[in-house]
Amino acid sequence: MAEPVIVIAPATKPPRVPSQLRGLLAEQKVLFGGGFILLLVVIATLAPLIAPKDPLEQDLMLGSLPPAWLDGAEPGYYLGTDDLGRDILSRLIYGSRIALLVAFASASLAALIGTVLGLLAGWYGGWTDRIISRIVDIWMAFPPVLLSILLVAVFGSGVHSVIAAIVIIDWTRFCRVVRAETLAQAQLDYITAARTVGFPRFRILTREIFPNIVPVLIALVSLEMGIAVVVEAILSFVGLSVSSDTPTWGGMIAQGRQLIHHAWWLLVAPLIALFATVLAFNQLGGGLRRALDPVLKR
Amino acid sequence: MTENLLTVANLSAVSDREDGVPVLRDVDLTLRPGEVRGLVGESGAGKSTIAKAILGILPRTVRITGGRIDFKGRDLLVMKPRDLRNIMGSEIALIPQDPQTALNPARRIGFQLADGLRLKRGMSAKIAEARALQLLADVQIRDPDRIMKSYPHQLSGGMRQRVLIAAAFAVDPQLVVADEPTTALDVTVQKEILRLIRRMQEAHGTGVLFVTHDLGIVAQICDSVTLLYAGKVIEEGPVRDVLETPQHNYTKALIAAGPRYDRPDAGLEPVPEAVFRELRQEIGID
Amino acid sequence: MIAVSILNRLIMAAVTLFGVAVIVFVLLRVVPGDPIAMMIAPGASPADIAALRAKYGLDLSLTAQFGVWIEAVLIGDFGTSISLRRDVLELLLSRLPATLELAFAALIVAMLIGGTVAVIGTLFRRTSLEPAIDTTNGVLLAVPDFVWALALVLMLGVFIPVFPLSGRIDPTLSIDFVTPFYLLESLVRFRFDVFFDVAAHIVMPVLALALPLATVITRILKETLLEAMVQDYVLLARLKGMSETRLVLQEALRNAVGPALSLTGVQFTFLVGGTVIVERIFAYPGIGNMAIDAVINRDLPLIQGLVLVFGSIFIVINLAVDLLAAALNPRLCHG
Repeated sequence: MAEPVIVIAPATKPPRVPSQLRGLLAEQKVLFGGGFILLLVVIATLAPLIAPKDPLEQDLMLGSLPPAWLDGAEPGYYLGTDDLGRDILSRLIYGSRIALLVAFASASLAALIGTVLGLLAGWYGGWTDRIISRIVDIWMAFPPVLLSILLVAVFGSGVHSVIAAIVIIDWTRFCRVVRAETLAQAQLDYITAARTVGFPRFRILTREIFPNIVPVLIALVSLEMGIAVVVEAILSFVGLSVSSDTPTWGGMIAQGRQLIHHAWWLLVAPLIALFATVLAFNQLGGGLRRALDPVLKR
Repeated sequence: MTENLLTVANLSAVSDREDGVPVLRDVDLTLRPGEVRGLVGESGAGKSTIAKAILGILPRTVRITGGRIDFKGRDLLVMKPRDLRNIMGSEIALIPQDPQTALNPARRIGFQLADGLRLKRGMSAKIAEARALQLLADVQIRDPDRIMKSYPHQLSGGMRQRVLIAAAFAVDPQLVVADEPTTALDVTVQKEILRLIRRMQEAHGTGVLFVTHDLGIVAQICDSVTLLYAGKVIEEGPVRDVLETPQHNYTKALIAAGPRYDRPDAGLEPVPEAVFRELRQEIGID
Repeated sequence: MIAVSILNRLIMAAVTLFGVAVIVFVLLRVVPGDPIAMMIAPGASPADIAALRAKYGLDLSLTAQFGVWIEAVLIGDFGTSISLRRDVLELLLSRLPATLELAFAALIVAMLIGGTVAVIGTLFRRTSLEPAIDTTNGVLLAVPDFVWALALVLMLGVFIPVFPLSGRIDPTLSIDFVTPFYLLESLVRFRFDVFFDVAAHIVMPVLALALPLATVITRILKETLLEAMVQDYVLLARLKGMSETRLVLQEALRNAVGPALSLTGVQFTFLVGGTVIVERIFAYPGIGNMAIDAVINRDLPLIQGLVLVFGSIFIVINLAVDLLAAALNPRLCHG
């Protein structure tokens, strides 16, 4: 998949003032993206209360029903049913659980690993940097989708494997950006000042440099969550994620692709859910970067 | 008035960025064919604004509120865009300030020189190239064949400025606006470039509006001078008169402040605060 | 200077490729499933199993296996596919051209679309068209190839069924291809009936891969174009009476294209990676589609070969981008 373009702000920022909630909310993208994600979190948490039907309940008499606004629809099945008669809306609602679980878990773990390595490489330089950077280069030579399939094949399928695979692949995104940001920050006068005063190196890294990287990091995590949702969908699509009983958007998409001439709505509903979620994470990430970055904001 | 090549009358403009602060206040200025007029002032005095207004390239934040700019008796400010396009680059040309950024880094010098000739004079590529070669020789560039095939980054700043001067005079314009053409150059190169502009101007009989902040340069190259402060004309006249018998205290102070054009050993006194106070009172700021 | 830096890059590329090889090798030896278990007939004797293990070199130590393997790889012997029972190199060579044709077609389409939109956006800057382009592009930037592919399946395959949904060519067409590059060959041989059929098959996968890249190109190229348009040389050219279109295409584009081009190169590797899932969705017979089957079947020799091929493509692209950037920059080649 295409890598989101991450433009790193020129490193001219002074030590930043703690963030401004008002500015955050003023950014429309944050409002829309964040609002949608929040809604999704509520839906996923309250799935058993919200879902109109049991997502696993089959009823072959009611197979492949179209959505409510089309001819032949059955009351109570708002988005229709799949070929086994399972309610699509309910499966969609339950599917958001896996999507969000994978998004939050894999993005935060990848961020953790990538940030630590990126900070070390950027701040200590020398061999530390050379080794880490080379590993990143080697990592980048693998096609991400192929590598994730490979890793899940190695680990065996399941949610934990999917999360592990995404973390193993995507920590490099964080590592590269954090390293570059650290290098840029290290050039600035306030760091020189801190070093002249004689602060220990590690303390400068954690107390002076890291706080300045946080805005970029938060935006990056949001973008990564969007990527993770797609990767999970792809792995479910190929049949390597959770067992096929558990409702996932990718699994529903695979089902829809197979029955495309028979019941196209099977593909439309999960595809729109996937697209909206990815878009929301992207808008949130892009908006956060603008809102949190004092230089871009001006 | 008809003998004037350029007549700027009562030109006023405001900056929209700074809440309508006036940047030009009733500016009058004339230029006869073949005359070199210096347009002098500190940065922010409005000299560049006048140059840009003549060329029709004012930034969107500056708005003209009154006055006219007559070129050969026709007001450029109300002219149709099509007529303007015909005049610009043909009868009016520009020598830009920074030769670093004024040449396209991705195109060979020869093509860039030939652009004006082909677009404005309808020359064929071959004829334009021959003419461009001649022009490079005119601006005293040795080995013009090699320069034609070069890219801008292969030339020194002085060489680039020569190329830009050649490009400006290529179309035989009646008016050349020179926007501080020597500020970005070494002092040693400055003199040669000034002499070159004067020579080209005399050879072509071109009127030149020479924008600068340096009275010394005015003394070297100009016939007449207009001195601006805060968008207002402070003093105006033939160079000799203005420099030898300045009327305004600000002019006097400026002459005293700069290295003297006639006595290089004197000068370098800062303009007294009292002079600025007097100026501001006169113009009516604060 | 230039020769040294090229050599430097070549060495780095070789090191990276070796790293890729080591990782693939190690990763696949820790796979829990035993590939031999999948190929033995029921009731095979332990001796038969041992013979099979020996045949595929699975009875040696890890380092010995790696030594044997890397030596074989260097002479082009990738072994025999366990699931397809064919020579891996042969399999790769038969499938790779389809993927290359797909990837390069997508690259060209992406540059055409992305470049055109960026130029139009620049020409119409400060009009009401510009925010429309920017907003649309901003939303589309978030759409990954996977979603594009399925959306195209719905739009152009089902709702308005104009293009075939799967495969590379209509099997009933009678033509014997000399080369594996169907699109090019049918065009060169003036078999337009075949050409249009192959083209129709490739349209949707190409678009699915090209559109995400196109949005990235649009965004970065428009930014650099707008930057170039306020430079003094554009101002001078405008005074010389150049039309706005020519200003953008002749003066600005050449200076703006550099950053966009090197970004396109990097993004091209992601496009190639995307062929895996897009080929799967459209049942397109390239190496990407084969890779998913290989992984599902735990076909170790085939997986190794595939990952090495993908790794090499990635590394070659990165190398080519660097060289191209150097060649296009007049500053570097005449400096």
